[in-house]
Amino acid sequence: MSNIDTTPVLKTEHLGITFGGLKAVEDFNISIAPNELVGLIGPNGAGKTTVFNLLTGVYQPTEGRIELDGQEMKDKKPHQMAKAGIARTFQNIRLFKNLTVLGNVKVAFNQNMKYGIFQAILRTGGYWREEEEIDQKARELLSVFNMQDAADKIACNLPYGQQRKLEIARALATNPKILLLDEPAAGMNPTETAELMEAIRIIRDKFNIAILLIEHDMSLVMSICERIVVIDYGMIIAKGTPKEVANNPKVIGAYLGE
Amino acid sequence: MKNKKEIIKSYLINFIAIALMFVILMIATDAGLINRYVRGILMTIFINIILAISLNLTTGFLGQIALGHAGFMSIGAYSAALFVKYAQDTMGITLLQENGLTSAGLGFFLLSLLIGGGIAAVFGLIVGIPALRLKGDYLAIITLGFGEIIRSLIEYFPFTGGAQGLKKIPKLASSLNVVYIIMIVCVVIMFAFVRSRHGRAITAIREDDIASEASGIPNTHYKVMAFTIAAFFAGVAGGIYAQYLGVLGASSFGFMKSIDILVMVVLGGMGSLTGSILSAVGLTALPEMLRSFSDYRMLIYSVVLIIVMIFKPSGLLGTYEFSLTRLIDRIVHPGKHKKASTMKKEGAEIE
Repeated sequence: MSNIDTTPVLKTEHLGITFGGLKAVEDFNISIAPNELVGLIGPNGAGKTTVFNLLTGVYQPTEGRIELDGQEMKDKKPHQMAKAGIARTFQNIRLFKNLTVLGNVKVAFNQNMKYGIFQAILRTGGYWREEEEIDQKARELLSVFNMQDAADKIACNLPYGQQRKLEIARALATNPKILLLDEPAAGMNPTETAELMEAIRIIRDKFNIAILLIEHDMSLVMSICERIVVIDYGMIIAKGTPKEVANNPKVIGAYLGE
Repeated sequence: MKNKKEIIKSYLINFIAIALMFVILMIATDAGLINRYVRGILMTIFINIILAISLNLTTGFLGQIALGHAGFMSIGAYSAALFVKYAQDTMGITLLQENGLTSAGLGFFLLSLLIGGGIAAVFGLIVGIPALRLKGDYLAIITLGFGEIIRSLIEYFPFTGGAQGLKKIPKLASSLNVVYIIMIVCVVIMFAFVRSRHGRAITAIREDDIASEASGIPNTHYKVMAFTIAAFFAGVAGGIYAQYLGVLGASSFGFMKSIDILVMVVLGGMGSLTGSILSAVGLTALPEMLRSFSDYRMLIYSVVLIIVMIFKPSGLLGTYEFSLTRLIDRIVHPGKHKKASTMKKEGAEIE
């Protein structure tokens, strides 16, 4: 992937956060090109999810900056980050459990809808038009994941693998530029993982977005990521292609202990 | 979303049902079937429906326990009462004649409800912005405190009549039919609100506030919105209450009143507007029906509550919405029953 003359979709410079005296993430520099698939790996407690929380506005960085499409993201709340184009999923699935599958996806379309309270109450043309439009869009999105038939099911009744996929579908509904996946394959069996890998590739190509994913399943990371960033104790210890990273002595040290 | 034909059909069925109830009410009034006692109960039921549904917005849909609903109701009650009193006493407008409201009276009645609701909504906004940063028990305590502060302030200020209460409020809520229509309008508005993108956002916050924020929902904005709308309708209900009774006392808007409303919401099902209607009707009528048992009346009432909570902790309807259209559909096409039962799980968010 040559990305020399394109602006990176996401770029961080010296990003860091300190909790009390603990430097959870330090000097985190990353640059992700549009449509690139990057893996973020590291041992338990290395700060991977903290990086995600920084990128999505859950935590405000104490150092450094985040740029999305060349624009600095400063003091943004999570919903503003979502609107700006950073979508995410969670390590432990967070669905709107008692809403339907379709309802879950529709919620995420909210930020791109315009009708106001009075239009909703008076049921104006705008209301019907937009509702019909997102109904259709949401169903299309579900069909990408082959879940169109589950649209009217209650989300918490879905099998585990589908819940993961629904979370991704919901994240995509916010129309992101970059998608952050936090351990999407956690708790999946090999068949489900294989299906998910396929789905991730499809998403990247179909929606033309960049993806940054945290994953412990090495076979998944190694086979689909074009580039891998390894962190340990909150600092980047290696960057490169899967092959380079796999042979890096620092990485081997971090994972196996020196 | 169902297709247009089905939507129109369901609107039509509901409209006919509402109109039918109205006609029955009119005929019963004309036939003299509704004496003062029955009228009082019906009036209280209508007021309680508005109160329960509006509290359901915050407690059921937004999922935040608020214990200050009587506070908003009292703000609406006093604002509306003072407004119509001013119109009658100071401006000298004839609002009432012997056989009922004058047309100016009707206008001022509706205006007073908007004013009562509006002022209650402003208070909802003022209280909501700081309070809704908290959740759960903390919010419950804050709203409880707010309700008590309002009550104390009403007793303190002379313009509200102080501890002696406000008397000689023009009884503009004299017509059951008018109040019935107002109640229906309030219910329809809240239904429409819940079944829109705004309602969906609010339900999403209840389900998972971290995920909703990550999905681009500005949580605080929507929380305050739900809280303010709930306060508005509590104020409207208060306005009707004031102009039905003709007298107001701060003590009737205490903590217990808020609890009464909360009980209706919980019993009917948090997140079910039709459940709130059902329990508002039931819990208002039940103590009256039990009047012949005099001493045991409140005991039976409590036992009913306990039994429902034990056997149906999510409330009578849970988050399920009763639909007349679906009921008729099932009676007319019993074969489609199976399909209908999977549809029912769609709950509140799909029209």
